[in-house]
Amino acid sequence: MPSSDDSSGELTSGTRRAAAQPPRASGPPEAGPDPVHQQSQEALHEAEEAVVAGGIGARFRALLGLDSPDFSWTKVLAKQGILLAFVIAMVGFSLASDRFLSFDNFSSVLRQSSIIGIMALGVTIVVISGNLDLSVGSMLSFATILVVDLHDKIGPAPAMAVALVAALACGAINGTLVGVLRLNSLIVTLGMLSAIQGFTLIYSGGQNADITNQSDTWFAFFGRGEIAGIAVPILLFLGLAIILEWVLHGTTFGRRIFAIGSKASAAEYSGINRVKTVFFSYLISAFCVWCAAVVMGSRVMGSQNTVGKGYELLVLAAIIVGGASLLGGSGKISKTVIGVLLLGFIQNGLLLLGFSYWTQWLVTWVVIIVAVWLDVGARRGRLLSPYA
Amino acid sequence: MIQPAEPSKTPVLSVEGVSKSFPGVKALDGVSFEVRPGEVMALVGENGAGKSTLMKVIDGIYQPEEGSVSIGGETVALQSPQDAKRRGIAMIHQELSLVEDLSVAENLFLGELPRKSLGRVDWKKLYADSRRLLDRLNCQFSPRALIRNLTVAHKQLVEIARALVYETRVVIFDEPTTSLTDRERLLLFEIIRDLRSQGVGIVYISHKMDEIFELSDRITVLRDGTPQGVLETAETDEDSVVERMIGRKVSHAARTDFRSGEDVVLQVSDLWSRGAFREVSFELRSGEILGFYGLIGSGRTEILEAIFGLRKCYRGEIRVAGERLDKHNPEEAIARGIALIPEDRKENGLALSLACDRNLGMTVMNQWGNLAHPSREKRLFEEYREKLSIKAPGPSYPVDNLSGGNQQKVVIGKWLATEPRILLVDEPTRGIDVGSKAQIHQLLRDLAAEGYAIIVVSSEMPEIIRVSDRVLSLYEGRIVSELVGEEISEESVGRAITGVGELASTAHDSNTSPES
Repeated sequence: MPSSDDSSGELTSGTRRAAAQPPRASGPPEAGPDPVHQQSQEALHEAEEAVVAGGIGARFRALLGLDSPDFSWTKVLAKQGILLAFVIAMVGFSLASDRFLSFDNFSSVLRQSSIIGIMALGVTIVVISGNLDLSVGSMLSFATILVVDLHDKIGPAPAMAVALVAALACGAINGTLVGVLRLNSLIVTLGMLSAIQGFTLIYSGGQNADITNQSDTWFAFFGRGEIAGIAVPILLFLGLAIILEWVLHGTTFGRRIFAIGSKASAAEYSGINRVKTVFFSYLISAFCVWCAAVVMGSRVMGSQNTVGKGYELLVLAAIIVGGASLLGGSGKISKTVIGVLLLGFIQNGLLLLGFSYWTQWLVTWVVIIVAVWLDVGARRGRLLSPYA
Repeated sequence: MIQPAEPSKTPVLSVEGVSKSFPGVKALDGVSFEVRPGEVMALVGENGAGKSTLMKVIDGIYQPEEGSVSIGGETVALQSPQDAKRRGIAMIHQELSLVEDLSVAENLFLGELPRKSLGRVDWKKLYADSRRLLDRLNCQFSPRALIRNLTVAHKQLVEIARALVYETRVVIFDEPTTSLTDRERLLLFEIIRDLRSQGVGIVYISHKMDEIFELSDRITVLRDGTPQGVLETAETDEDSVVERMIGRKVSHAARTDFRSGEDVVLQVSDLWSRGAFREVSFELRSGEILGFYGLIGSGRTEILEAIFGLRKCYRGEIRVAGERLDKHNPEEAIARGIALIPEDRKENGLALSLACDRNLGMTVMNQWGNLAHPSREKRLFEEYREKLSIKAPGPSYPVDNLSGGNQQKVVIGKWLATEPRILLVDEPTRGIDVGSKAQIHQLLRDLAAEGYAIIVVSSEMPEIIRVSDRVLSLYEGRIVSELVGEEISEESVGRAITGVGELASTAHDSNTSPES
């Protein structure tokens, strides 16, 4: 590969070359598949790192890759598309509806997104390790029903504990089937989606559950409480995001997740315990679902036995929109957060503009398809042609 | 540039002064290259010398910044591989691109099946045309055969036949023999010679010098994107070609540096693994390189996997420095100072999408506890970039973007980082160019001199002979002979494998019992 013998790749030489060449060298030279784009992506990468300490202007330029040797808007769109879409959506809705841009509205969107968000954080880790977790929707129903139903019977704290054990047990089953037995995670968690929903219905006898004494239980804190004027679900969501971001980037467990997602067999040859790591990733996912269930139960003070139905798809949607590869090895907690917020704000904006609730399903999937398109476009370096 | 000797020898393909840059690297710098009708032109150079870029220019994937490409004396501006194909340039890639579940004939005319009225396929014409193409290559198999059911060699023939669908003037072979057996290779050479006699120009790209000297009429050498001259094969020898490739002299002094090793660090006794090997016993001493030589399927890789805990054994034991391994997993092996540098670096060696430093840190992470240490990863990168002269711009550079030789160095680096005492090295130089090969051989010798105990598995006899202090030959899962120091030669190692019929029982007996 021609690019590989390059020992320079530094920002300075790249920049100089960019000045010498027209930014978008007339189509064809861009047509080559790997070296050109890898090189340019690398340049983007390097540029990012070089300007960390360089002030907002430099950061912005690095973010958009303006200093990259072969800058093109396609690449900017492809690489930062999610951020641009977010900004565009926010500006668009602000202009279209005068109710959109207010603290109350923002706060309510964040609160509504927090349940999907908390679940998406855990699933992001599973996805980075190269697996899927589709069972989170049913798991949410199960844990919420448990916590709400048991609240009056055995008290809030034991109810939460039972729900936690139940959620972790579901996670452990996923982890065993996918991690130990190496079954396909799509099939396993799809099966678990159905099985846990069935179990939930059996447990509840088809009945929905309620908390009778809603006003004076401290359990209300998780869904309805506020700290310094900010709703607790939002704090939980952001707090968990920060913790899991640290887990992914500050711990060897995070390193193992990325290694396994990037190339499972190479990770195993390196002495990484794949079974343990995959198992643990499903436990994290289950833990996040439990957190979401506590928030859900506390906010609604009751639960339908199918409350989480369809959530697995919204969760996956947020992760895909955030740009994690479903093949594993890449993804970011922060981008998942943006993905969650983007979907949340789009839904909210559409409602404010008078579109029906059902429109969100349509729009959500349009957003997902566009996100995947941009992602693939980033790798091909062009959006409209399937050829690299 | 060599002038055509006679008018009829106008180059069928000629590239003049072509330059092509990528951000940060000039991949080709004023390269000229020509192929005359009816000749085999070999193209050699180390990885990263610009061979692939040149071929992509000829194939219309890249457009050169300077210089021109002409086909049959007419200057052309190729826009795509299809364009190149229409003008008579056929590229046979290392990776085959056939549709497994279609027939040979359908693959030959993929996308342009002959039609009858109403768009129906004219099967009769399809099979007749295909038969003609296959006959041209002396292929015996039916055009109706499914690609899936063909051997690799036959698939390659289909690929070549596909190149002949058009009026082909130049066929480019890129490392075509990598996955072929010896007999299949000879068949391929026959076909190449046949094509040559039909007046087709052949470009032959390979790292294997013996093939190049067997086949080619002339040799073009590239180094760092610049031409190093065109040689008449008949008037040159291997050494001068390699010297031009790597830019320095090669030495061929007979080896005198055999080492006998010191303490026994690894003891394998009577190890059996189902379907892979049996009764394997040997000892490995620190400071020596033990070569495992055998054909594919002889159990050599499997023995390494077993020692490293990646393969189950139902009998026998492995001792490291006298102590038994009992968990039999890679974690234990690494903790006890064993490192396995695998054969397939893309599958088992590297997480390609991750950065260099992350790959280097992967093996040592288990010693770090729960917290990651980015600064240690960066230090590892600096250390091994220095030690192994890895050409990579920075620690966060994805390994995917490195050349094969540099990727292999990252793999070696990540294993040296575990500070092992025992290195198991499986095919250390597969798909690596001559220059890097020599570097890696030297590295292995140096490591042994530092006291590492090393096992090298290779199917390339010259490699085994160049690096080993002791050679164990394997045949069908058994150790059939042991050669020590000066006993090692092409002849003796070869005899151990071929004369195995009579030797198997005796050699095997003498080898297994006394050692354990």
